[in-house]
Amino acid sequence: MVSRFKEALGSGKFVITSEVAPPKGTNLEKMQHHIDLLKDKVDGINITDHQSSAMRFPSLGGCLAVLESGGEAIMQMTCRDRNRIALEADLLFAYSRGVRNVLCLTGDAVVVGDHKEAMGVFDLDSLQLINAVHALAGGKDLGGNDLDGAVEFCVGAIVTPEAQPLEPQLIKFEKKVEAGAEFFQTQAIYDLDNFKRFMDYARKFKTKILAGIVLLSSARMAKYMTANVPGIFVPDDLLDEMSAAPKEEMLAKGIEIAGRTIAALKNETICDGVHIMAIGREETVPDILKAAGM
Amino acid sequence: MKSMTKQKPIEEIQQSLEGLDKVFIVGCGTCTTLTNTGGVEQVEEMKEKLQEMGKWLTGTLVIPTACDDMTDVAMKENEQAIRGADCLLSMSCALGVHRLSLYLDIPVIPAVDTLFIGVEETPGYFREACAQCGQCFLGITAGICPITACHKGLVNGPCGGTNNGKCEVDKEKDCAWTLIYNRLKEQNRLHLMRQYQPPRNHHVTLQPKSMKIS
Ligand code: SF4
Ligand code: SF4
Repeated sequence: MVSRFKEALGSGKFVITSEVAPPKGTNLEKMQHHIDLLKDKVDGINITDHQSSAMRFPSLGGCLAVLESGGEAIMQMTCRDRNRIALEADLLFAYSRGVRNVLCLTGDAVVVGDHKEAMGVFDLDSLQLINAVHALAGGKDLGGNDLDGAVEFCVGAIVTPEAQPLEPQLIKFEKKVEAGAEFFQTQAIYDLDNFKRFMDYARKFKTKILAGIVLLSSARMAKYMTANVPGIFVPDDLLDEMSAAPKEEMLAKGIEIAGRTIAALKNETICDGVHIMAIGREETVPDILKAAGM
Repeated sequence: MKSMTKQKPIEEIQQSLEGLDKVFIVGCGTCTTLTNTGGVEQVEEMKEKLQEMGKWLTGTLVIPTACDDMTDVAMKENEQAIRGADCLLSMSCALGVHRLSLYLDIPVIPAVDTLFIGVEETPGYFREACAQCGQCFLGITAGICPITACHKGLVNGPCGGTNNGKCEVDKEKDCAWTLIYNRLKEQNRLHLMRQYQPPRNHHVTLQPKSMKIS
């Protein structure tokens, strides 16, 4: 069984991924509902891995739910909570159960989450994790020992095209490409001109870029993200557009902006696809796609 | 270089002293004096607090440098008062606690928490400079330690949380990898940042760590 997501990446079509967050607890209803909503509309569903360092149902469990529902899962994997032994073991298990895509992340700091006194592991970083996946694919573990049965994943990573300063991010991006990252999902982008400049650079590398689309649900949220979330910058014209919308129409405005951005990225063939993050409003993703003309 | 400490909450100290009524207090004239956590004044304050708790103080002493081998001499000079105590309350850093424990049979109880070994960068501002990781990266990181200065101890460049030169855990803290990048760029040595650093060896010296110099 090969990765359907990888096939989509290779097909030259405009690829769409989205993401679903597992619950805090064992009630999987809402997660399942979001999976059902998205599975036939996107090429891959990311399942987050204790996002923002808040303990939740595991990414791997969410991925199995995606697979059981007939969808394509992209397992997010951070280096925050597991050492290399545990990460490798989870990769073996995930592969054995049909997961074929992994997004390698360093992970947020423990102290931003809801278990502030826990130990942050970071035995590996995102780059070393990419290498670990490739080692396992080559039939060896990180200790150099032979595996009885290897893995085969489509390996991805993230990049922040709006980071300040940008060059250190680009250096790490290039290291990730060199390590064999086949696709990148970017941090949220809003300024298309800026993103085009990034793509002019990124096009030189043999990898696929999916632009991060984060739904703006209100003007306040847009301002908050610009002020507080690393690498997210909502330009003034979008802020004005959001602020001008009446309160009850703000979400619709955000959907329109997201749809319009996706349509522009696709029609002007700026990048290879998009990764839509609706953060708690997953039910709007079909509307966003409709607004994008898909 | 100083051993940085902070005083434990008095409730915790009280708990540690349960059933130990006669106490001898030791302070240190070096690091805990500088950080105002275990010098003459703080030892005096602690003495009063313990007396309020109903403890009997057999004596107090501020040793010049509690972690060095002269501590042995100071202990001997005060042997009687120490012998008369149920325990010794140490207001030196943990290194002093270890040293004191070498000479005594009675419990040595720390009154301070030892935080890190700090280097004074600007007057009064101490920063952890080295965690003795056993595999020094300073040669390729322009002299900035990625283990202590980066919150996650990353060795391959910045994480996605870096923001305008600051770290994701605290807007007041510099992102180590922005500092490293800036300095390597100044030195025209950015190629070092492009090198892949393999996973670290966490057992360069096997825990428990020790070494014999011949
Ligand atoms: S890399 Fe940092 S912690 Fe390790 S030996 Fe060098 S200065 Fe110390
Ligand atoms: S923001 Fe910079 S210092 Fe903080 S964890 Fe990330 S790379 Fe390290």
